[in-house]
Amino acid sequence: MKILVAVKRVIDYNVQIRVKEDNSGVVTDNVKMSTNPPDDNAIEEAVKIKEAGKATEVVAVSIGEEKAQETVRKALAVGADRGILVKADGILEPLAVSKLLHKIVEKEKPDLVFMGKQAIDDDCNQTGQMLSALLNWPQATFASKIEIKDKKLEVTREIDEGLETIEINVPAIVTCDLRLNEPRYASLPNIMKAKKKPIEQLNASDLGVDTSARIEQIKVEEPPKRKAGIKVSSVAELVQKLKNEAKVI
Amino acid sequence: MAVLLIAEHNNQELRPFTLNAVTAASQIDSDVHAVIIGHNCEKAAKALSELPLVKKVISIEAPHYENFVAENFAPAVIKLSNDYSHIICSANTFGKNLMPRIAAALDTSQISDIIKVISADTFLRPIYAGNAFATVKSKDTKKCVTIRPTSFDPCESSGGSAPIEKSEPSEEFGHTKFIKREEIKSDRPELGTARVVISGGRGMQSGDNFKLITSIADKLNAAIGASRAAVDAGYISNDHQVGQTGKVVVPDLYIAVGISGAIQHLAGMKESKIIVAINKDGEAPIFSVADYGLEADLFEALPQFLEELNKLNTIQK
Repeated sequence: MKILVAVKRVIDYNVQIRVKEDNSGVVTDNVKMSTNPPDDNAIEEAVKIKEAGKATEVVAVSIGEEKAQETVRKALAVGADRGILVKADGILEPLAVSKLLHKIVEKEKPDLVFMGKQAIDDDCNQTGQMLSALLNWPQATFASKIEIKDKKLEVTREIDEGLETIEINVPAIVTCDLRLNEPRYASLPNIMKAKKKPIEQLNASDLGVDTSARIEQIKVEEPPKRKAGIKVSSVAELVQKLKNEAKVI
Repeated sequence: MAVLLIAEHNNQELRPFTLNAVTAASQIDSDVHAVIIGHNCEKAAKALSELPLVKKVISIEAPHYENFVAENFAPAVIKLSNDYSHIICSANTFGKNLMPRIAAALDTSQISDIIKVISADTFLRPIYAGNAFATVKSKDTKKCVTIRPTSFDPCESSGGSAPIEKSEPSEEFGHTKFIKREEIKSDRPELGTARVVISGGRGMQSGDNFKLITSIADKLNAAIGASRAAVDAGYISNDHQVGQTGKVVVPDLYIAVGISGAIQHLAGMKESKIIVAINKDGEAPIFSVADYGLEADLFEALPQFLEELNKLNTIQK
């Protein structure tokens, strides 16, 4: 079984986001970038499946600017066998990304495609579902547990009401939740080894996909700030304030 | 052209956020039609027809619609899509799972999780865990939009009498099988719609200690939330998680206990009307969004809080 894992380079989750003064977007210059957190869970799961002898190859793919190569390299350092970088400039919408991934799937013919359930930059939560629609494959979104049973997967999904279990036939798409596993850190020897693993570079424009923007981003603004509150000195004072001032209890 | 709302339900009744999604749909166009896909779901279809803002209900029933499987639901919606300018549903786990599958099939770039309708093609949506708001305009002829339910009021739920039309089901998608759903049943208000929410974080130190929160929740008729750290640590189940990758809540009162206030948690609760933070670390970022901060050991503060609440005799039940 071959697993393709899609990884996205995003602003690190610890960075305090700043909006550009001209309202054209958020500041990305000199800002720490990392792998989208749930994509780390996707890579980890694929590598674990391979280590358990249930997968033969793990291929990491990223779509984005040249520097997204670092994101692919990190996936290689934690156990992916080889990488693919699809170079594209500017912001790609999930629909365009899923079309590009569709081309990669046609070329690589994986049995499974894993990715994070959501990217923490645009918070769209679309790409996995869109890719599975384009392929007409089953989709298991928000996965917190994956069991491989021959040519089927049993997947536990985190939903608003609790947990749901579904069984899907391979080939399939799985989008991973943060609780799926504990992503490992890359060891120094593995980081060195990853430098020798191959990364194939492709240009999005060569894949015959229309990636032009369908959504115009008119402006990006700071959200309204909350007014600073007060500190209370005791529980009794807190309860009095909630009752008499805020009138919420 | 009318807009099509996808109803969320359990075959018996509508899920509450359907009402918020109807409100959002009606702000795009007053001609709101609603599709209900299910099995033996007449009761829920009737409830849908009674929403005064809904002008027509389309009911599609088949045994393979008994449980929600996006691979089955998407083709049923796509079949109807020709007659509509917009397809709308909530950006909860139902809509997040379903809508992109519809949008990709229609070659439409979906707009997720809007918090405001500016015009029929322009919307406001949070990005970067709500640390920025983007105004976006769709250039697609057909628009697929998911709405953040807590940003729209629920619509009126009675008084309407829209006609219910039956439509033919699509074929079953054979490669996905529903096995089971483990719903955590509770007499408490739902987290997404509760007037009061009390949440615990890593500072609770154990699942057992959540009893301190439960007793206050009982007193205030509150829903119980949690930070991701508390869920990851196994103190409480995933359906309680509030934040960027969990639920977004906008209660009148949000009480954060032992929660430091990572931006990912703030993303899920900072629009609450009144925020209370109880934390022993006076520098915790949660205090920066709190209307009332109490720097205290939660193991001392929570029992006192309960005691003070017991002294009040005007608690709303």
